[in-house]
Amino acid sequence: MAVLELERDVATEAPVRRPRRVGMLFIGSVAWIVLIGLSAIFADWLPIQSPTDMDLLAKRAPLFSPGHILGTDHLGRDELSRLIYGGRVSLLVGLLAPVIGVIIGGCLGMVAGYFRGRLETFAVGGVDVLLAFPPLVFVLAVTAFMGQSVANITIVIGVLGIPAFTRVARAVTLTLSEREFVTAARALGATHSRILMRELLPNVALPLLAFFLLAVAVTIVVEGALSFLGLGVPPPTASWGSMIGEGRENLDIAPWLAFLPAGFMFLTVLAFNVIGDTLRALTDPRPGAL
Amino acid sequence: MAKFLGRRLLYLLPVLLAVTLLTFLVASLLPGDLATTILGDQATPEKVAALRAEMGLDLPIWQRYGIWLWGVLHGDLGRSFRTGETVWAAVTARLPVSLELMVIGVVLSLVIAIPLAILCAVKSGTALDRFFTGLAFGKLSLPNYMVAILLIYLFAVELNWLPATGWVPFAEDPLANLRSFILPAVTLAFAEWPVLMRVLRSDMIATLQEDYIAMAKAKGLRPARILLVHALKPSSLTLVTVAGINIGRLIGGALIVETIFALPGIGRLLVGAIYARDFIILQGVVLFVAAGFVVVNFIVDMLYAVLDPRIRHGRA
Repeated sequence: MAVLELERDVATEAPVRRPRRVGMLFIGSVAWIVLIGLSAIFADWLPIQSPTDMDLLAKRAPLFSPGHILGTDHLGRDELSRLIYGGRVSLLVGLLAPVIGVIIGGCLGMVAGYFRGRLETFAVGGVDVLLAFPPLVFVLAVTAFMGQSVANITIVIGVLGIPAFTRVARAVTLTLSEREFVTAARALGATHSRILMRELLPNVALPLLAFFLLAVAVTIVVEGALSFLGLGVPPPTASWGSMIGEGRENLDIAPWLAFLPAGFMFLTVLAFNVIGDTLRALTDPRPGAL
Repeated sequence: MAKFLGRRLLYLLPVLLAVTLLTFLVASLLPGDLATTILGDQATPEKVAALRAEMGLDLPIWQRYGIWLWGVLHGDLGRSFRTGETVWAAVTARLPVSLELMVIGVVLSLVIAIPLAILCAVKSGTALDRFFTGLAFGKLSLPNYMVAILLIYLFAVELNWLPATGWVPFAEDPLANLRSFILPAVTLAFAEWPVLMRVLRSDMIATLQEDYIAMAKAKGLRPARILLVHALKPSSLTLVTVAGINIGRLIGGALIVETIFALPGIGRLLVGAIYARDFIILQGVVLFVAAGFVVVNFIVDMLYAVLDPRIRHGRA
């Protein structure tokens, strides 16, 4: 009986880590990502129409039309289907491009932060040069030279993300390298690669993951901007950005054609930002960093 | 200060050189032959070869870089093979429009961000603070092209108050010129204010806990004077840096905004060059923008050092 009371006391005295509101937002964000992700993966098996079939008798059909729950666009293509297939492009580019950044930038930053010296000078210098280019201008110029395709866009945005990941990884590694457990590992005779992989990597991984999620949000926005300008994935492939761009032409007669993809993209970007920010706050030692 | 300036200048030169090299390499190494692009697919191999020789495309790449860089240093960025316009003329003709857009946009974003930041810092932790910081966080997920669409829909399509397109030169009709800048500048400001507000708010909260603020309060100074004179300046250091770092984003944002609202600025020149495959203009504009960006960042660095003596002496 006494034990039970003691446990209850500890439970009530334990500090509330964060307000419940944030928790609900976090859960909602994860749920939305899962929903969008699953529908993008299983788009081919879902009972929806083709995203490129044109129903010329039902152009710009309003919401809740028979056969087209979310209506059709200016060419009579099913809006719901295009939203789902468009999510495919956004998520594919959004998830793969930061993978390039996190792998190359993460390695570069960790090695630079751990070994210091001339290597670090070169890494930081290279990062500064890449950061000297206004990102969107760089992406536009290089995709113009390389040609528009999902692979090219992913690579260009990915390479552009390397500097930011390098900075994060280097900063975290720098502080961690001074810590006792690294000194202890070194004293025990651990090799450099063992210290990097077994001691540092597990500690660098969480901040990098938080930054990765924020990078996904930024990438989706950048891919959307490219597609919006007609310089992204070439038509007729649906993408949220190009759908917003096409919807812009019809703002006066069918405004939902721009607002539906905009809403989908906003919710997705917001969800990644919320998840990334929550993780960042968890890994940030400063109080009240959320 | 002179020593600090010298050190930063020594750093600026290699970065600028690397920027020219990277711009040149991107334009030269990527697939696609410039001569074929200019002459079209139908051109005979002899004609292509002749043009390649004329443009110096058959020289080794380091030699071409040298020739190109020599030209760049003399202000010769080449000319468009479509319109015959030089890159320099094309850029300088459109620069004022982009600058006007960015200046109005930044001023507007500061007008929104600074009062909100002060308000949230004073009322930090209250529902009001949570509402505005939440709003700023949500706004971070709303890209400027969505804001533009929303504004066009509200003010141009539904209410018909402001023009969505139709730029008028300032010299012709200053009022109409400003009117055509309202929606684009508000779009830009919308993208900028959340970042600025978040930074200033957290710095301001830290400053308000300093002893000298308590001292000022004890002296019986008016709250407005404490906030605006004693607290704002020391809190605005990070704001200046972040505003500087954001110039890259601002340029990108201006590019999209100019395209949407049909403003004849640098961004539209760039996008137009991409649509038309006008690679000389593209290369020139990218170099110009990147070099300008590096120089502006350098100036912001200097400004920061002027504001905070610790940085000049390398102790920050």
